[in-house]
Amino acid sequence: MDAIARPPRFLPWRCYLLEAGYELLRQLREPAFVLPTLLFPTAFYLLFGVMLTGNAANAQYMLAGYGVFGIMGAALFGFGAGIAADRERGLLRLKRALPAPPGAWLLAKMAAAMAFAAIISLLLATLAATLGGVALAPGQWLLLFAANVLGVLPFCAIGLYIGSLVGGNAAVAVVNILFLPMAFLSGLWMPLSVLPDIFTRLSPVWPAYHLGQLAMKVVGHDAGGSTWLHLGVLGVVTAVFFMLARRRLAAAA
Amino acid sequence: MDMTARHETAPLAARLRAPLARLQSIRKNFGPLVALDGVDLAVHAGEVVSLLGANGAGKTTAIGLLLGLLQPGSGSAALFGQAPGSIQARRRTGVMLQDGGVHGDLKVRELLRLTRSYYPRPRGLGDCVALAGLQGLLERRYDKLSGGQQRRVQFALAICGRPQLLFLDEPTTGLDIQARGQLWDAVRALVAEGCGVLLTTHYLEEAEALSDRVVVLDRGRVAAAGSVSDLRARVAQRRVRCVSSLDPATVSGWPQVLSAARDAGHLEIVVREAEPAVRRLLEADPALRELEVTRAGLADAFIHLTRAQDAA
Repeated sequence: MDAIARPPRFLPWRCYLLEAGYELLRQLREPAFVLPTLLFPTAFYLLFGVMLTGNAANAQYMLAGYGVFGIMGAALFGFGAGIAADRERGLLRLKRALPAPPGAWLLAKMAAAMAFAAIISLLLATLAATLGGVALAPGQWLLLFAANVLGVLPFCAIGLYIGSLVGGNAAVAVVNILFLPMAFLSGLWMPLSVLPDIFTRLSPVWPAYHLGQLAMKVVGHDAGGSTWLHLGVLGVVTAVFFMLARRRLAAAA
Repeated sequence: MDMTARHETAPLAARLRAPLARLQSIRKNFGPLVALDGVDLAVHAGEVVSLLGANGAGKTTAIGLLLGLLQPGSGSAALFGQAPGSIQARRRTGVMLQDGGVHGDLKVRELLRLTRSYYPRPRGLGDCVALAGLQGLLERRYDKLSGGQQRRVQFALAICGRPQLLFLDEPTTGLDIQARGQLWDAVRALVAEGCGVLLTTHYLEEAEALSDRVVVLDRGRVAAAGSVSDLRARVAQRRVRCVSSLDPATVSGWPQVLSAARDAGHLEIVVREAEPAVRRLLEADPALRELEVTRAGLADAFIHLTRAQDAA
């Protein structure tokens, strides 16, 4: 028996990489996810941020807003609808029975959401720099990119909770009901100052408002709130929804 | 032999005797519904144990407990002497669940690659393909496969980690006869290598073809347990078929007759002892022809056992 060649060494972390790679591949193979996720923010930005305004200040403001809008969609739909569908198909049950490390699928989904956020961020930056005439310092480009990529986390958590609560079709509906009004009420599409005052006063309730403010702070268009306050709210939202979702998923065998 | 065997210190004989999977005095409720009520079950290396029972008898609950997907209300569940659900136990276990749970948008090759990456000493890709009969399917997307092909992929995923213990929850549902035979051959090959198998099935011929031991569950209780021949002997039945004008209702009233029915022009009766019944049949109907006496299969034994529970 010792004459037999030793099998390749077992590398427990290898399955994390495969899991993340295949999760991204799965999402890329789903046109109903890829097309709206990538097209909506870029097309809207091109239309409202570049073509209809024609001034660089507006193009800057909207670069930040549509970036947050885009990554929020990727995270909410990827997590909310994705996890609800996986749960319905018994996928999470099988993963728990297989020796898949606990949480590998969750990290894989987070990595895929970040990859989509990176793609959206780069697409918008390219449009802004070429057609929109937006000129930012290298540090600003980097910060905006970081805000978009890391900004998926609170929305992953919210999506995870939705996905743990309802089935696949209902999750798409719930995410839609949440997503578009929240983007609007958080001032991602147009400044809240053009709306009645009540909307401005209500805005700190929405997680998307806080991420939007962080992104707008990078390009100098925020309302002047504290960076730490925004980060704190987003951190709390992330932690609370992850914990709520964990409880739900652990209870549902 | 097993490469890990060299690292284990327990004497070989003791390891072979110790069950790979064990349920002891398990009770499990889902709300007011009692799913399992005092069930004992053990699977040893190199044997196939079949869990038989109607829908809702508790088969899938028993597997869920052994996989650590469910927690028992009382009693104990153990895999390899440890609590089920630990990653060490899961690395020695292969699973084919009833509801599949496979990424539909991945190709078969990708699914195998991912699942093999969870295990320390996975089976080679070619072996998996040959054992599960996946030739020509590797580049196909899972959701584009037929139901039977999907079931074979699930079987390949269950065995790709070279498990010492295999859980197959109704593995041949949706398979054609040829594919079913191929899966049975693969299970026999694994068992010959020392793998223990816990199988649930609706198909009695499957239990009969594969099992060393059969456990019949009925509404959460073990109605019977033993080898296929034990079980058959416990309900020593014969099946008598003939063409006769006798009324089944009359015949079923005779002593020794367990049941009588008309089936495609034939009178079919199940009896404890064939000879007295045949003698009486011939007396009652001189025109009787095409008389045939067979030993009852597991199906008859099983039906009788669960009916006896109903009557009690």
